[in-house]
Amino acid sequence: MSVLFEKTPYLTEKPFHYCPGCNHGIIHRLVAECLEESGMGEKIAGVAPVGCSVFAYDYFNCDMLEAAHGRAPAVATGVKRAKPDTLVFTYQGDGDLASIGTAEIVHAAHRGEKIVTIFVNNAIYGMTGGQMAPTTLVGQRTTTSPYGRDEAWCGAPIKMSEMLAQVPGAYYIERCAVDTNANIIKTKKAIKKAFEYEKAGHGFCMIEVLSTCPTNWGLSPVEAMKWLEENMIPYYPLGVYKDKGAEGK
Amino acid sequence: MFYGAAATGERVITSSSSPGVSLKQEGISYMAGARLPAVILNVMRGGPGLGSIQASQGDYFQATKGGGNGDYHLLTYAPASIQEAIDIMMFAYDKAEKYRVPCLILADGIMCQMMEPVEMPEMRDFKVDPEAKPWAVTGWKPGDAPEKRAVINSLFITTEELSEHNNVLQNTYREMEKNEKMWECYKTEDAEFIITAFGTVARIAKSAADQLRAEGIKVGVFRPITVWPFPYEALKEVAENCKAILDVEANEGQMKEDVLLAVAGTRQVEYFGHCGSQMPTTDEISKKIHEMKEGR
Ligand SMILES: Cc1ncc(C[n+]2csc(CCOP(=O)(O)OP(=O)(O)O)c2C)c(N)n1
Ligand code: SF4
Ligand SMILES: [Mg+2]
Repeated sequence: MSVLFEKTPYLTEKPFHYCPGCNHGIIHRLVAECLEESGMGEKIAGVAPVGCSVFAYDYFNCDMLEAAHGRAPAVATGVKRAKPDTLVFTYQGDGDLASIGTAEIVHAAHRGEKIVTIFVNNAIYGMTGGQMAPTTLVGQRTTTSPYGRDEAWCGAPIKMSEMLAQVPGAYYIERCAVDTNANIIKTKKAIKKAFEYEKAGHGFCMIEVLSTCPTNWGLSPVEAMKWLEENMIPYYPLGVYKDKGAEGK
Repeated sequence: MFYGAAATGERVITSSSSPGVSLKQEGISYMAGARLPAVILNVMRGGPGLGSIQASQGDYFQATKGGGNGDYHLLTYAPASIQEAIDIMMFAYDKAEKYRVPCLILADGIMCQMMEPVEMPEMRDFKVDPEAKPWAVTGWKPGDAPEKRAVINSLFITTEELSEHNNVLQNTYREMEKNEKMWECYKTEDAEFIITAFGTVARIAKSAADQLRAEGIKVGVFRPITVWPFPYEALKEVAENCKAILDVEANEGQMKEDVLLAVAGTRQVEYFGHCGSQMPTTDEISKKIHEMKEGR
């Protein structure tokens, strides 16, 4: 009997704790498959954030570090500089990366740090019960914006991929989603490319993945995916924002 | 960065002056929680806030009683000379690695800007031995021995796991209390008055003690070298034959709390110092001892 599909060994046996319909699970699998396909073997280290994916160190089957809220890019920098031949990645939510950790991500990009960041943007603080994040859409209801985000009061949602693409040190920035099979395949390609760049000594790379939070959005998994397509993708357009490796090709 | 680099088992150091060290407290607490050895240098300046840019000892509480969140301690050395700072640095990493704790060197602005002749110890080579640090991020792949996968973490989500983890930390602190206390006694054997002081201030206190002895008053100095763990028992013993203690600091008397704990009400304890980044002078200390002798 031939094996048609196998779970990548770069995921542990531990069942995910994520809510039904949450995209964190899909994104974990794509990252883990790309880790396997990178061929880096034991030379891999991941940095988990604070957020729903805080237990990523229990799921990614490689050396893992748990960072303080928002500090994953700084922690990854320490690992990378001490072990330059290790593939180092961070996995961060939008509250983690675009709020408390803004300084860390901007300066990791600015230094052209040879790391890959997987940025899971679900437009909300998922873990803590659905508070407004800098990425929450205008009009979106959360526990701390019960009447919907008011732009005059809270500003317009921050677009991290667009912003980081402006930083000279950034090498490759792409925004993806995992709402359709085609987009899942595209996301995996992007993650794989980012790891290839890191292996070749390039950085900084970030793959932003738009993601659902059915629990805190108050929607069913199917409705949440639809909401993401109808509301998030128009405001956060998918695509490549910077690719120094493709320039001049 | 410091957390990430320390996690690889390399020997890492970070240094700053008071406000910068306050900023690092989040990471230091996480490192204590994740049991990462490293060396931190705080060259104290005046505070709170921006305070001043002159020397101070105002971070004693931060260094010895906490700093970041949670139940933890740093192995904290307060050298009084550049030679001593160098000598401590030679074993600071060994201690940090032995106990898997961050180690803090608590200096002040005067020490940092001072020039002194020193004897440099022989340089040693250091290389990470992954076998000696099974907890470190040194490489692991699926199929390798599961217990060797590094998970550098300070999160223990259930009460049971956190208690167990904190018990391990507390046992480590008890071990350090047993083995690592260091102090210096200067002319304390026959002393009528004992001055307690640490770091640069202890050097001034020694000069004051000499000055007072020349005037016929027997004064000695007790200087903790580790301010955590504080040498309570040693101070208690030394204080047994003295009349009273004068605690001298370049802060509002933060270490006096530990001095009081050591003598547990059996001796009179006075304080003298400044908290505006001025160093106490020998004349000021001498005047204070005279006052104490006269029962004022
Ligand atoms: C310094 C600090 N502030 C706040 C928290 C509480 N906290 C935990 S998770 C979280 C939000 C995480 O949101 P996000 O990064 O968007 O991740 P998600 O759960 O949505 O995947 C916050 C504020 C914390 N752990 N540490
Ligand atoms: S709260 Fe939201 S982000 Fe967190 S696991 Fe549930 S669905 Fe996912
Ligand atoms: Mg989020």
